[in-house]
Amino acid sequence: MSSVAVTTTAARRRRGGNGLALGISLGYLSVIVLLPLAAVLLRSLEGGVAAFWDAVTSPQAVSSLRLTFVASVLVVLINAVAGTAIAWVLVRDRFRGKSVVNAVIDLPFALPTIVAGLTLLALYGPRGPIGVNVAYTQLAVVLALLFVTLPFVVRTVQPVLLELDPDMEEAAISLGASRAAVFRRVVFPNLLPAILSGCALSFARAIGEFGAVVLISGNIPFKTEVASVYVFGQIESDDVGAAAAVSVVLLVTSFVVLALIGALRRWATRHDG
Amino acid sequence: MARYALRIGALGYLAALLGAPVVLVGWRAFEDGIDAFLTAITTPEALHALWLTLIIAAIAVPANTVFGVLCALSIARRRFRGHGLVNTLVDLPLALSPVVVGLALFLVYGRNGWFGEALIDNGVRVIFALPGMVLATIFISLPFVVREVVPVLREIGDEQEQAASTLGASSWQTFWRITLPAIRWGVAYGVVLTTARAIGEFGAVSVVSGRIAGRTETMTLHVEERFQSFDLVGAYAASLVLALIAVATLVAINLLRPKEEER
Amino acid sequence: MIEARNITKHYGEFVALDDVSVHVEKGSLTALLGPSGSGKSTLLRVIAGLEVPDSGAVCIAGRDATMLAPQQRGVGFVFQHYAAFKHMTVRKNVAFGLEIRKRPKAEVRARVDELLDLVQLSGFADRYPAQLSGGQRQRMALARALAVEPEVLLLDEPFGALDARVRKELRAWLRRLHDEVHVTTIFVTHDQEEAMDLADQIVVMSHGQVEQVGRPRELYDNPANEFVMTFVGEVNQLGERFVRPHDVEFGDGDEATVERVVHLGFEVRVELRLANGEELWAQVTREEAERLELTEGAHVRVRPRRAKVFG
Repeated sequence: MSSVAVTTTAARRRRGGNGLALGISLGYLSVIVLLPLAAVLLRSLEGGVAAFWDAVTSPQAVSSLRLTFVASVLVVLINAVAGTAIAWVLVRDRFRGKSVVNAVIDLPFALPTIVAGLTLLALYGPRGPIGVNVAYTQLAVVLALLFVTLPFVVRTVQPVLLELDPDMEEAAISLGASRAAVFRRVVFPNLLPAILSGCALSFARAIGEFGAVVLISGNIPFKTEVASVYVFGQIESDDVGAAAAVSVVLLVTSFVVLALIGALRRWATRHDG
Repeated sequence: MARYALRIGALGYLAALLGAPVVLVGWRAFEDGIDAFLTAITTPEALHALWLTLIIAAIAVPANTVFGVLCALSIARRRFRGHGLVNTLVDLPLALSPVVVGLALFLVYGRNGWFGEALIDNGVRVIFALPGMVLATIFISLPFVVREVVPVLREIGDEQEQAASTLGASSWQTFWRITLPAIRWGVAYGVVLTTARAIGEFGAVSVVSGRIAGRTETMTLHVEERFQSFDLVGAYAASLVLALIAVATLVAINLLRPKEEER
Repeated sequence: MIEARNITKHYGEFVALDDVSVHVEKGSLTALLGPSGSGKSTLLRVIAGLEVPDSGAVCIAGRDATMLAPQQRGVGFVFQHYAAFKHMTVRKNVAFGLEIRKRPKAEVRARVDELLDLVQLSGFADRYPAQLSGGQRQRMALARALAVEPEVLLLDEPFGALDARVRKELRAWLRRLHDEVHVTTIFVTHDQEEAMDLADQIVVMSHGQVEQVGRPRELYDNPANEFVMTFVGEVNQLGERFVRPHDVEFGDGDEATVERVVHLGFEVRVELRLANGEELWAQVTREEAERLELTEGAHVRVRPRRAKVFG
């Protein structure tokens, strides 16, 4: 950025214009995002902390939250490995149709979640052509979450892999490192922040997922009901307070994850000049 | 050797998770023949759902685009107090459950909500009507234009704009003639992502729409409704339309993706 | 001590190395000199094992290394852009080769300290490469390569990414280092001044082939062909004849007009035009220029001495 101070009338007008843009942005964000979220927070505490606690610790709520978090963690672990492997193949390997595969990775971004759920049900459900039926099981939840979170680790790792200095790996080889040691000591440490970022994004996405899960899991309370489905159910049965309380749990988790991603980004660039 | 194993493993995983299910949608949609497909697609409910989806997108996407550009300009051009807060607020919709978003809007604009009574007294229905669905869609598709435009603005710097102002251009002229052309591909990419997200939204509109078939159902809600009514062909037919839109989006994403990612 | 025999390497249609043979004495400093595309970097990488030749053999210290992986050849390699492990401190960078070989911690520490002292980076042990200047990073890379006591040190345009002054400093520094450590060293450069300054032996390459091998003086005084003469040192071409600028004598000979006199500190460059229209330039000292009273427009007589003609 230039440090030239331009103090003409035009510049002052421009700064004024910038202030206007900022004002509009803040106003828009407040009305669209901040206001509704504040409403959730306040509604959850309407009956006092005791009511909040009761709502969050009710057996069904706890069961749904536990399933949500466990499934999401499992999905994140799978994605960490699968996503890195896929990114590796897309960057380092060469084969016909690679650009098509690269494009297809974004499918979970582009496809509506309900359609994703329906297609998974079509393939891995009761009338599926390959005879595998995982519908209405916890495995189905994991499957649906794997689908929608697939792109995250791949897309955060890819650019880092592309930027990685190939000389570093050759230097390590010339110093005697085996291919495995090169990956472990040179490549992986440089990929780790990106992998973790992708994992955090996957996690945030997974805990809130609704559309992909709602068809294939069967939403059986205490068995295959995830937190978002529980919240939905509570809204339908007019127990808005309980819905708000569990929502706050999800909200706070999202905030924490976002903060973590920001911290990871700073950690990733700590060695840069 | 390891290279082939890795390649087969990765591609196999992708085929099983992404490829096969999507192919199946096409197959299932035409399972009872082309006529059944066409009938399912052209029922009044289906057509209304399509129309509603497009209307909502037609409102939400431009709104988020204008906001997105303005917000990106604020973020990229100056560090100001509250910089972090704006960043967090913009990113939040990416990390939130859509059901929570629906609930939040319900609590503000619903019958017992903060503005509920005031709105109803004035004959304005937000929840269980179009405005609520638009608000929900705007919320969840908010971040994309901002997120794509900010790095572009940072990269091009503000020297061109300074040059323009020394040559006498007003802020509007500078913006229109210098800034906007420079960021247009970032904006285009953001618009594609926003549109895809808006069309695909399910959870939030599920809560705020009331899901009245033929009145407040979007395409995604229509798919679910057909499924719950055991009309599988109807569900797959609508899904196929959505999947085709998704494929078109994929193509657009890959054509417009910022070129630094390609070597 | 290092032998490359009949090395050939193709990249598709492009011939990078065409039946190249090179012999390097133990303990010497050899330069592979040539323009881009001459194959010098490819040859270096073949010796290192980072590239596999289509045909030919590489021998290191008497052993046939052609089929050996880089890890097994006992070479140290230094890259043009340092290839620093940016996620490790300077100490960890230098220690890398030793840690790979699972040496005891105390030994590693001692050796790293010794090397950092050698390359004058002792105070920087706990810094990260991003916090070092280019010259410091390259010294670290050298320390790292020397840590495992390689049989041969290979440097690929080691000073190419540095600015002119740092380049000269590191050049002198490398010569002193080599005098102290006596590792067989091969370095690649396109800068003939650098090669002349540093090397015991220069291998001049062009288009994947060796043009000439010899001591710097050899190459300068007795170039084997036109390419070597024009690449190593300055040269005038008069028809078929090639003449060094400092071999242009004033006094007797052909008629010429002085077009321009350029004072470059100690040297003076005199641009001349012969009666037949040909142009050449002469290199004289300041005293000579004054003595001969060379000014623009002056008419002089010049004779090219030791002109070379190639078959």
